[in-house]
Amino acid sequence: MRETRWLPYALLLPATAFLLAFFLLPFIEVALNAFTPKGGGPFSLNHFRTMIGDWKFGPAVRNTFVLTLIIVPLQTILALALANLVMKVQRRADVLLYILTIPLGISDLAAGLIWLAIFEQTGYLNSILSGLGVIPGPQTILSYQNMWVLFAAVILAEVWRATAIMLVILVAGMGLIPREYYEAAEVFGASAWKRFLRITLPLLKPSLQTALILRTILAFEVFAIVAALAGTNLQVLMGETYAWQFDFQDNGVASAYALLILAISVGFTVLLLWALRDRTGVRA
Amino acid sequence: MFRINKGQRLAVLTASVLMTTAATGVAKADPLLFWSTAATPVEETKMMREQVLAGFGKPVQYLAQDPGPFATRIGAEAQAGKGTIGIIGGLHGELASFSSGFVDLSDVVGKSGAKVNGAYAALGKLGTSEQKYVPWMQATYIMAANKKALQYLPKGADLNNLTYAQLIEWGKTMRQATGSPKIGLPAGPKGLIHRFFQGYLYPSYTGSNVVKFRSPEAEKMWGDFKALWAETDPGSNNYGFMQEPLMAGQVWVAWEHTARLKDAFDKMPDDFVAFPVPAGPAGRGFMPVVVGISVPKTSPDAAEAKALAAYMLKPETQITTLRVTGFFPVVDVTLPADMPPSVRLSGAAVAAQSSASNAKPSLLPVGLGDLNGKFNKAFSDTFQRIVLRGEDVKAVLAQQGDVVKSILDEAKAPCWAPDPTTQNVCTVE
Repeated sequence: MRETRWLPYALLLPATAFLLAFFLLPFIEVALNAFTPKGGGPFSLNHFRTMIGDWKFGPAVRNTFVLTLIIVPLQTILALALANLVMKVQRRADVLLYILTIPLGISDLAAGLIWLAIFEQTGYLNSILSGLGVIPGPQTILSYQNMWVLFAAVILAEVWRATAIMLVILVAGMGLIPREYYEAAEVFGASAWKRFLRITLPLLKPSLQTALILRTILAFEVFAIVAALAGTNLQVLMGETYAWQFDFQDNGVASAYALLILAISVGFTVLLLWALRDRTGVRA
Repeated sequence: MFRINKGQRLAVLTASVLMTTAATGVAKADPLLFWSTAATPVEETKMMREQVLAGFGKPVQYLAQDPGPFATRIGAEAQAGKGTIGIIGGLHGELASFSSGFVDLSDVVGKSGAKVNGAYAALGKLGTSEQKYVPWMQATYIMAANKKALQYLPKGADLNNLTYAQLIEWGKTMRQATGSPKIGLPAGPKGLIHRFFQGYLYPSYTGSNVVKFRSPEAEKMWGDFKALWAETDPGSNNYGFMQEPLMAGQVWVAWEHTARLKDAFDKMPDDFVAFPVPAGPAGRGFMPVVVGISVPKTSPDAAEAKALAAYMLKPETQITTLRVTGFFPVVDVTLPADMPPSVRLSGAAVAAQSSASNAKPSLLPVGLGDLNGKFNKAFSDTFQRIVLRGEDVKAVLAQQGDVVKSILDEAKAPCWAPDPTTQNVCTVE
């Protein structure tokens, strides 16, 4: 017994060191950057003032929220439906799951480029439509003139690429629900919809919570797909962070943006933890 | 099974947010590291390594970078007082901000035996008594047109002596004849349209690039530009290098950097013509671009870096560099007859442009250092707000003028040509 007491700590050490070196330290530096005026000096909110004063700040916040609030619910519904489908399949459900998760193996940017190849002026969609004679010649689809098309393209690409991460978590969660509940419900004549509503959803809450938190955080960081499909026509928070860091060479404002994204992510995480908390534990 | 506890959740959250801010840097020991913003397209980088640098005889690792990461690492190494970058290649404006971290290269020009353009060599001193960079190559922005477009030229218009009014009329005729706008501008994320405003439109309309930012002439200019934009392919907002839409036939007439037209001219030499930029009421504004080579004080092998700089200035190397990048020599050379079509086409247009009687050359921003990006943003923001979002010209110019003014104040930069160069901090009227 005595020899093994230190073992858990030793096993945790590499991960702790990694987190300290690569996440906590950079985080502290970013936080300091955000509140230190250019050229040093005492605490100041100047970078935040610059950030909010920039005309792109409003659109960036609005677009990021609109995208997240459309994409995440859409993906939740889709992932639930697909997870049900995977659970229903009797034979080789694993193969179906693998196929559905293929987009997960592709990087964000690559996913954006795939969809760009479809929607571009010289892309597949244009070639097919003009080949069929539906349109006279190549049209500009992804243009600043039709913002809703840009939004739709980004949403489509995001849904295609990232629904699978929720699906995997939900399938695992559904696998943990005891079959007996369903059998009992069937005995009492509960419809499939009712069983889903009364058994699957409540018992799936912990997995759903995890999936939603992961997905929401990632949605607030949406960047590469937007950059590929909409360029600078569609401003998002992470895109602005990148632009301030690398294009405008202003580390302070970029840090301010990073902290804002962190704050929003923490806020939504807390909200989801609260909204989907396990109430049974409280009662017991 | 997939349960994650609170601690892990926090870690995931912190991780995903912070991933984006963590920078990476890999140290290489042996070959001389050539850190550069030139020849960034993959093919050019490859040719730069295989055709230009291979001739130096010693191993050189050429890494082409975007301006942001380029400057970040140079700044970090200078600050740390030690580094792995052996030699640096960048635009005048990109190098200017690090001038105190560079060694004096006065002896390099002599050692190379080449006759370097005097005006560019003087620019390379960056206002000091030392040669902070040696000029390496030069380029500028010109116009390119598909020959199919020439039939729609306005009556009496001379391709080598166009005005912006004629360009707009030309665009209108092309749009009416073909059903879609045929003028193209590189206004995408990787495009250089801010240079169009800084070095072409503003000098052509106001005779200034900064001082008259919100003058009545500037208001007229933005009004005209809106008319030009109406004849411009809406895809322009995504274009980075105009050679691509030109070759695809999507765009017939474009303004672009010579290096970014190279492919179109080389691959389809019989389809295109190159010609000087149009003139406005105040002259034919254009912007020569100078790329220079510096050696940082933290270079692991400054002597070898200097030898490489001298090698890059040799006439033979300069000609190979021209073949590879489309950037023109900065030393006296006799061009061989077998130069690629892009050199012939661009060369003639560049010469006609700089020798025009109403030529108004304009420098890339000088003395802005790491504020260059914000300065460019001020111009592209003005464009996006006035043209794309349709905001009021006068109001936007007033606000963006304040932005430009505050950048100049922060940089304490004196004006640069064509604005009158004085020692005082440049300001917006």
